[in-house]
Amino acid sequence: MSDHIVQPRVYYIIFAILMVCTGLTVSVAYLDLGPMNTVVALAIAAFKAVLVVLFFMHMKYSARLTWAVIASGLFWLLILFTIMGDYLTRAWQPFGSV
Amino acid sequence: MLPEAVHQHHPPALAHHFDDLEQQREAATLGMWTFLVTEMLFFGGLFTVYMVYRSWYPDAFAAASHELIIWAGTTNTAVLITSSLTMAMAVYAAQTGNRRLLITLLIVTISLGCVFLGIKAFEYYSEWVEHHVPGLNYDFEPAYFRNAQIFFSLYFLMTGLHALHMIIGIGIMLFMLWWAVRGIITPEYHNPIEIAGLYWHFVDIVWIFLFPLLYLIGRHTHV
Amino acid sequence: MSSTVLTPPHHYLNDGFGVKSWLLTRDHKRIALLYLCGVTFFFFIGGAMATVIRLELATPVGDLVSDETYNKLFTMHGVMMVFFFLIPAIPAVLGNFLVPIMIGAKDLAFPKLNLASWYIYMIGGLFTLYAIIAGGLDTGWTFYTPFSTVSSTSNVIPAALGIFITGFSSILTGLNFIVTIHRMRAPGMTWFRMPLFLWSTYATSLINVLGTPVIAITLLLVAAERIFHFGFFDPRVGGDPVLFQHLFWFYSHPAVYIMVLPAMGVVSELVAAGCRKPVFGYSFVAFSSLAIAVLGFLVWGHHLFVAGESVYSAMIFSILSFLVAIPSAVKVFNWTATMYKGSVSWETPMLYAYGFIGLFTIGGLTGLFVAAIGVDVHVTDTYFVIAHFHYIMVGGTIMGYLGGLHFWWPKISGRLYNEGLAKIAAGIVFIGFNLTFFPQFILGYLGMPRRYHAYPPEFQVLNVLSSAGASILAVGYLLPMAYLMWSLRYGKLAGSNPWGAVGLEWTTTSPPPTENFAETPVVTWDAYDYPERMETNVA
Repeated sequence: MSDHIVQPRVYYIIFAILMVCTGLTVSVAYLDLGPMNTVVALAIAAFKAVLVVLFFMHMKYSARLTWAVIASGLFWLLILFTIMGDYLTRAWQPFGSV
Repeated sequence: MLPEAVHQHHPPALAHHFDDLEQQREAATLGMWTFLVTEMLFFGGLFTVYMVYRSWYPDAFAAASHELIIWAGTTNTAVLITSSLTMAMAVYAAQTGNRRLLITLLIVTISLGCVFLGIKAFEYYSEWVEHHVPGLNYDFEPAYFRNAQIFFSLYFLMTGLHALHMIIGIGIMLFMLWWAVRGIITPEYHNPIEIAGLYWHFVDIVWIFLFPLLYLIGRHTHV
Repeated sequence: MSSTVLTPPHHYLNDGFGVKSWLLTRDHKRIALLYLCGVTFFFFIGGAMATVIRLELATPVGDLVSDETYNKLFTMHGVMMVFFFLIPAIPAVLGNFLVPIMIGAKDLAFPKLNLASWYIYMIGGLFTLYAIIAGGLDTGWTFYTPFSTVSSTSNVIPAALGIFITGFSSILTGLNFIVTIHRMRAPGMTWFRMPLFLWSTYATSLINVLGTPVIAITLLLVAAERIFHFGFFDPRVGGDPVLFQHLFWFYSHPAVYIMVLPAMGVVSELVAAGCRKPVFGYSFVAFSSLAIAVLGFLVWGHHLFVAGESVYSAMIFSILSFLVAIPSAVKVFNWTATMYKGSVSWETPMLYAYGFIGLFTIGGLTGLFVAAIGVDVHVTDTYFVIAHFHYIMVGGTIMGYLGGLHFWWPKISGRLYNEGLAKIAAGIVFIGFNLTFFPQFILGYLGMPRRYHAYPPEFQVLNVLSSAGASILAVGYLLPMAYLMWSLRYGKLAGSNPWGAVGLEWTTTSPPPTENFAETPVVTWDAYDYPERMETNVA
């Protein structure tokens, strides 16, 4: 695996975007968007995380295997989150009941 | 056994069970990423518990979230993002053989980590004064008393576990600092900084999610 | 024949003497033997618990021990056997020894981490041992809340902590194996030239790495709840006890695949060597290992059918539980097909392998019975379930472990064990096992609940049969301990390939040198490259 040297310029730009996003997250929290508040907050957080993983953690310049490892972790996390499925469906009545 | 002539070309950092430095570097990097996946699942359990109870008690969670010190959380987020920048730059310094810069950046990263922990300690102290610590002196408005306890329990457990990982991260960075000072880190052997950085960035990412989920619930409802 | 031909002058066992050379070793082979001592020790503690349980259950009245003591007995039996024997045994003993040799490497990727894993395992075990000595744990190995977090007065926190600590041993070993298999294969050793034991070990390691962190955080939550009264699982505060069960079983179901996959890997090796044939459908068996690992993570809810999960969740988990049986069945078909027209031998390791195939099939099929929600409503928490999982864990995993131990014993020790005694012991294990656990299927079907120390008198005959079987099984387990240890001193020297098997481990000396091979092998052949047999005139 060749060792790619990322230029500091890239890091500074990513840093700036991350700081702007943080400010955005806080400001948007004070607006009333109903259920969209959570969605927007998580979307911004996910975007920040993607930037950190791609550029600070060098995933963009890493081997395919690294991508596979990260993807597996995310996939398994999603499997864990399907525990929510039970909670979302408990209030539904079984077939044929009153 | 290798003849003497070959042995002399053996880089000092190469462990004997590896064929070459490249294999060693790839193994170490894969090892650290695999470890980070285990950390994802570890924190994932807590995020699952959070999801369940936030869906059950949205109002209690919002009321409790309001009690958190938003400027502290925001500042800490900025502190950690900055420390990730200095960490990434430290890797660059190691790759380019700039020992002075590497040492400086490691010290700055460690300091920022300590600032984070300091602010966190201040928050914990304030929460204790406000009687928001379950199991110690917990008290809350009657309307949300029971369920807000779950929020605060999650808050302390999640941020506490995160802080523990920060402390371990600072320990790792101190170790890297020592290696940098001793000249063990060279452009040929800089991977330890890279994988220490991977750990550090991961801890930053956990906070990136913790911050909005804990501090910013329903902030728009009342001041 | 001179002994220098059979035993090399320098090998890993005489490469340094004294306690320090063992306790500070980085050699994966020595670490495997350290684990052998550890797992055997904890196996006997778990076995002792089982002995008292079966003694108590020989009579319908709860007269040997009190009900509280009985609760502690079955709890500690489960904890010891699951976390300190079944999960580590094959990966940490056989896996540690064989993985580097089978891929042609000098050691695992992270030898020091490997040693640390052993220490972590032992420390966790000692914590749990302390919990036993300090009065035991009575929550069941499943730690269900709110009993474990609110009501139990037993040593929940030390036991939970012990399991938490040992979990890291599993995680780090799994991590070590994954990196080793990805990055340290010898030249020419492609993925599809690897022995199937490595595919199983790789799949097991995936489960270890992805699942164990969840039990870690879950036990941490239990401990935190007990200390700080947080309330995550306490209904009085608005918590949900079923959430604990979701989190617990999210790991503990894949954990049963951690227990059985390595044994399946061993069986693949034994069947190939015992029939002098490549395993039929190599790639199907390899991919089935991965499929079991992945699908195993999608079925945890079948442990919650009657616990209060939504009926829609239950239905999805039920169908997924039927699906996960398919790759296991594929393996059983492939092993059987391997035996067809093979030169079937009846040496002890092969006896254990054939036993595995039969008993695992019964265990697996009864798993399908309980996967059906309607059936499960009746047999859950009865002896039917106990028989089901013991068929897999004892009839499966332990038989696989013993088979592997016997098969690779000459490689590990340089000595041959007494084959006659070993065959007798294998027969005793098989008979004892079936006598112990088959009656339990009937007991469960008839309605005898699990975790009860007293039962209605009409169940006594079957219980007596089961307890008698347990005493026979115990003899079957003690015999190998005796003759294997005896062989270390008095056994015939083995030579590098006593079985005439194909595999990199059989190309090096018995015992192997510390660096495994005199020269790094270059692999140009398939995993089970047995010579083509001449076609005989078979009707």
